[in-house]
Amino acid sequence: MFNTLTAHELTEKLKSAEISKGDILTSLKKQIKKNEDKVKAFVDFKESGIIDNNNSGCLSSIPVVVKDNICVKGSLTTCASRILDGFKSPYDATVIKKLKASGAIILGRANMDEFAFGSSCENSAYFVTRNPWDLTRVPGGSSGGSAAAVASDETIFALGSDTGGSIRQPASFCSVVGLKPTYGRVSRYGLVAFASSLDQIGPLTKDVTDSAILLNVIAGYDEMDSTSLYVDVPDYTKSLTGDIKGITIGIPKEYFIEGISQDVKKATNEAIEVLRKKGAKIKEISLPHTEYAVSVYYIIATAEASSNLARFDGVKYGLRISQEDNKKLSLKETYFKTRGAGFGSEAKRRIILGTYVLSHGYYDAYYLRAQKVRTLIKKDFLDAFKEVDCIVTPTSPTAAFKIGEKIKDPLSMYLSDIFTISANLAGIPAISVPCGFTKDKLPIGLQFLSNILDEETLFRTAFSYEQSTDWHNIKPNLE
Amino acid sequence: MFEPVIGLEVHVQLDTKTKAFCGCATQFGAAANINTCPVCLGLPGSLPVLNKKIFEYAIKVALALNCTINENTKFDRKNYFYPDLPKNYQISQYDLPISENGFIAIKENKIRIKRVHIEEDAGKLIHEKEYSLVDFNRTGTPLLEIVTEPDITSALDAQEYLKELKSILEYLGVSTCDMEKGFLRCDANISLRPKGDTALGVKTEVKNMNSFKAVRQALEYETERQVAVLKDNGKIIQETRLWDEKKQCTISMRSKEEAQDYRYFPDPDLPLFTISKESIESAKKVLPQLPIEKRKRFISEFNLSEYDAGIIVSSLRMSNYFEECLNFLQEPKKIANWLIGSVSEELNKRCLDIAQIKLKPEDLVGLIKLVESNTINNLTAKQVLTFMLDTDKTAQEIIKEKNLAQISDEESLKRIAQEVIDSNQKSVDDFKSGKENALMFLVGQVMRATKGKANPKIVRTILENLIKET
Repeated sequence: MFNTLTAHELTEKLKSAEISKGDILTSLKKQIKKNEDKVKAFVDFKESGIIDNNNSGCLSSIPVVVKDNICVKGSLTTCASRILDGFKSPYDATVIKKLKASGAIILGRANMDEFAFGSSCENSAYFVTRNPWDLTRVPGGSSGGSAAAVASDETIFALGSDTGGSIRQPASFCSVVGLKPTYGRVSRYGLVAFASSLDQIGPLTKDVTDSAILLNVIAGYDEMDSTSLYVDVPDYTKSLTGDIKGITIGIPKEYFIEGISQDVKKATNEAIEVLRKKGAKIKEISLPHTEYAVSVYYIIATAEASSNLARFDGVKYGLRISQEDNKKLSLKETYFKTRGAGFGSEAKRRIILGTYVLSHGYYDAYYLRAQKVRTLIKKDFLDAFKEVDCIVTPTSPTAAFKIGEKIKDPLSMYLSDIFTISANLAGIPAISVPCGFTKDKLPIGLQFLSNILDEETLFRTAFSYEQSTDWHNIKPNLE
Repeated sequence: MFEPVIGLEVHVQLDTKTKAFCGCATQFGAAANINTCPVCLGLPGSLPVLNKKIFEYAIKVALALNCTINENTKFDRKNYFYPDLPKNYQISQYDLPISENGFIAIKENKIRIKRVHIEEDAGKLIHEKEYSLVDFNRTGTPLLEIVTEPDITSALDAQEYLKELKSILEYLGVSTCDMEKGFLRCDANISLRPKGDTALGVKTEVKNMNSFKAVRQALEYETERQVAVLKDNGKIIQETRLWDEKKQCTISMRSKEEAQDYRYFPDPDLPLFTISKESIESAKKVLPQLPIEKRKRFISEFNLSEYDAGIIVSSLRMSNYFEECLNFLQEPKKIANWLIGSVSEELNKRCLDIAQIKLKPEDLVGLIKLVESNTINNLTAKQVLTFMLDTDKTAQEIIKEKNLAQISDEESLKRIAQEVIDSNQKSVDDFKSGKENALMFLVGQVMRATKGKANPKIVRTILENLIKET
């Protein structure tokens, strides 16, 4: 049905008047009715979608789902956290303004790990989203709801946010395409901050073409975001040539480590062969500071998060516990009770960690040192891109794990982002595309990374790979 | 003998149209929470964007305070929870402030400026009996924090420093420095040490001083308190103390052990800023003459005393007014006397600034000229000034209307003087027997009879002559 199509396919059919907006919405609603109880990708579904009376834009009549940490005017925005209970944003995020202007229909909000803290969607205050390929497994995270909604054809495409892999890892787990753009390429205005120096909004789509189309719409300088880059946006669909002759692809030896599953290793190697056959030069490279990425990330990301999340205090909006047993609480007690009840355990863990690394006497040893190593990690990439045009790695060391498997072991959960974190630390763009399945029929993702603002090379190589394979056309069986 | 060692931290609100990191108005006195937006309310997802005007102002201040301007400057987050701070962190500057290492010269003393940095203001809490309300209108308005080294050695010098700083900021046009509205706030660090020592003693921080006078009084009090503690062989505790205006004393607020860890770190929402040499040079070109130079000029060019020049120059508007007056009358000393004396007196009475009255410089000069020409005497002139300020009429009009012109006509004065002599024979006799005061009494009687309009000098001569004749 129409819900299984991509945005570019639907746009063609709409243009030729073969179908109407109503047809798309009807088939999506049907699919949601059928499968949403199993998948649970949405935290909020709007019957007729939010639309800004614009039918002329390039995404006209195309439904999109947005992660619950992107502000939509007049709509609840809760980051899947109790602390934002009842909070309705009085303004639109810049990406939402752009989506509305392009004619897209906002279908609803997708589930996520609370404040994007997690890699499994299990840290949502609402419920756990399930992987459409195996309902006993996680969809990945933190943009798990967005990825699952796309994979189960409950939306045409979705927006997610990626701080350490939160778009790419769930894309890989759910066999969809997930892009984290260059830091500053897409405005963060209206994205509820997790770690401001790492966060980027990006598309989750059914194929690389839709990824390019959606990035065309949401990218660009925004005067409301001081970290957005003052650089023109090219037409990314022009990169979708299928030709990668003369492209040099780097394979970082540090990424083929112990702990990487055999299936993932095999799929990655097969993908590299596909690329070689298409005319790319393959070159082994070294990113020597890779082993520090996870540690550096968990210092910087938690430090920023501890400060970003300080505003949720029960004074202005969201949850407020200012009474107990009919007794009024003091200001301090209100802070403690509200934050104690409002944040889940992973959020608390990260706030405590971040507060610690910024504390007097520890700042130099942790935060400052982490910033220095971050510079080295970035330099690794910049050096590598003098030799190669892009880098290929697995997106995640394993396929989707079982619900509950890692939730009690935060460290092993953190390690599932080991291949994706570096791109955020370096600020470079990266994309995950489907590249096969494990023996258990679980999706595997292949990650392409390129230089700052060189999304064009990502699209070019990823599209060429996609053209030579059929992985993206295989759908999960939800019967 | 102990001497106090004082360092001051001044927060001054920059007079920009919009806030530091959003487009909201900085207007004072609006209805609660009117001048707010997602950014200054710290709503989820909102981001700060620097108002570049602030750099322009800060560079001016840095230059006027002889500071070095850092080529690279950045913003940091100062993390602490308080309901008037919507993000629960304040955007401030920590280790790369916009400028450092300057000084203000006060007479022969140099008060070193440690740093000048930019930060955003918090909101205002309104405490009711059962609850508190927050007004976020002020949240995000730009402040400069100006911190001195511990170079001030008396409460009076602290007051002098503040006066000079206020003048400089007014001259630069970067702040109205209105203390009543909280546009200029001052905290002080004070410790004692035996005179001649160089090591610093344990300090206390004094807050809640709402006027220059309060700063002086609080520091005088705190000096005495610390002297008493030390003389008693006690120890000064490092703590924050609040000035209680009503009780005229400082009260302990919190000790150092309770001091907060602000967990400063670079604000990832704002980039590193580079201050170009060009922007510094162009600021230098438009820098106005500062109080210190203007004082020198007023002394050398107009022959004013240091005291007079000091008072007139301390207010930019007063000094401009003075110079405008000179266009109409080349009598700097006389104009200065009028401005420092009667005019200031009237302004203080009315709680007005010279810019807020309608009295034009040429009208004030008109009044002074009438005294010079003996049309009215000084006493009458003061009354006329009051009327002028009350009614916006010129001196001439008032004198005519109220018939205040001085009587210099000798014939009529002689007639009145004779009447006074006739009815005060005893005083005449006293004067004759050598009591000078008796003549003054007689002059006073004539002045009374003329309702103060007589020229006292002429009256005196007439009386002397008449008494001699008898």
